[in-house]
Amino acid sequence: MNSANAVPRHRLLVVDDSTVIRRRIERANDLEEIEFVGAASNGVEALALHEQLQPTLVTMDLTMPQMDGVECVAKLVQRDPRLRILVISALADKLTAIEALEKGASGFLCKPFTDRQLNDALRKLISG
Amino acid sequence: MSLEAEVGVFVEGVLNYFGTSVQQHAQCGTPHLALNARPEISDYTGIIQVSGKRAGLVAFTAPKSMLSVMLMRMQETDISHENLCDLVGEIANTLSGNARRDFGHQFQISVPAVISGRGSTLEYPDATRPIVIPIDWRNYHARLIVCLH
Repeated sequence: MNSANAVPRHRLLVVDDSTVIRRRIERANDLEEIEFVGAASNGVEALALHEQLQPTLVTMDLTMPQMDGVECVAKLVQRDPRLRILVISALADKLTAIEALEKGASGFLCKPFTDRQLNDALRKLISG
Repeated sequence: MSLEAEVGVFVEGVLNYFGTSVQQHAQCGTPHLALNARPEISDYTGIIQVSGKRAGLVAFTAPKSMLSVMLMRMQETDISHENLCDLVGEIANTLSGNARRDFGHQFQISVPAVISGRGSTLEYPDATRPIVIPIDWRNYHARLIVCLH
């Protein structure tokens, strides 16, 4: 049996304008199935890195300079409809979550979050 | 929403932030209006401009020592000036963003601006009075300043 097939790999791109949050998401991920491949600090950077790194999973902040998360979600999903995107945002109102999901996000995690909440959300994302 | 209820939204946000993000609870002192003097500004201050249905600003101001310990609690090893600025901006962003749960979708917030230095001053909107929410965490003291029309 090929061991590479035993643990399916998901390639994670983290998008957030906060360095502290980007590094925290990278550190907190304890799922063997998920490999961190890169990080972007805004939507424009995320689109460029998507082309270069071909991630299968994205965590996406919403309030960012240059291009916000909602616009970036729509563009990424247009490029790759199979891409799974977890929105991680402080914007806690229902309409924002609905808007992100309508644009093609697969899940929503509200900031602040614990490591456990993050891993639960990522687990849900790869199993959904 | 009454002023009391509005302040309660931010107090709840502060308590939730510390309990979740650094997993050590904070306590909020009695919120008060800054009537005679401008609220005191600490080493680092994250500022969010609010527009839409409400206009004004939300600012979180904290000493360097407190933010450094918070970073360490998050397992962050880089306690640089850049990361302290980043954290204080992110806290202001999170507390303002969470308030949309109660203030609604039209409570629009900017990306954070950050100032460092105790001598700094904040520009408050005309005809407003800042509300100061004192925050105690471990032995540290921070403030959330809410100033909305």
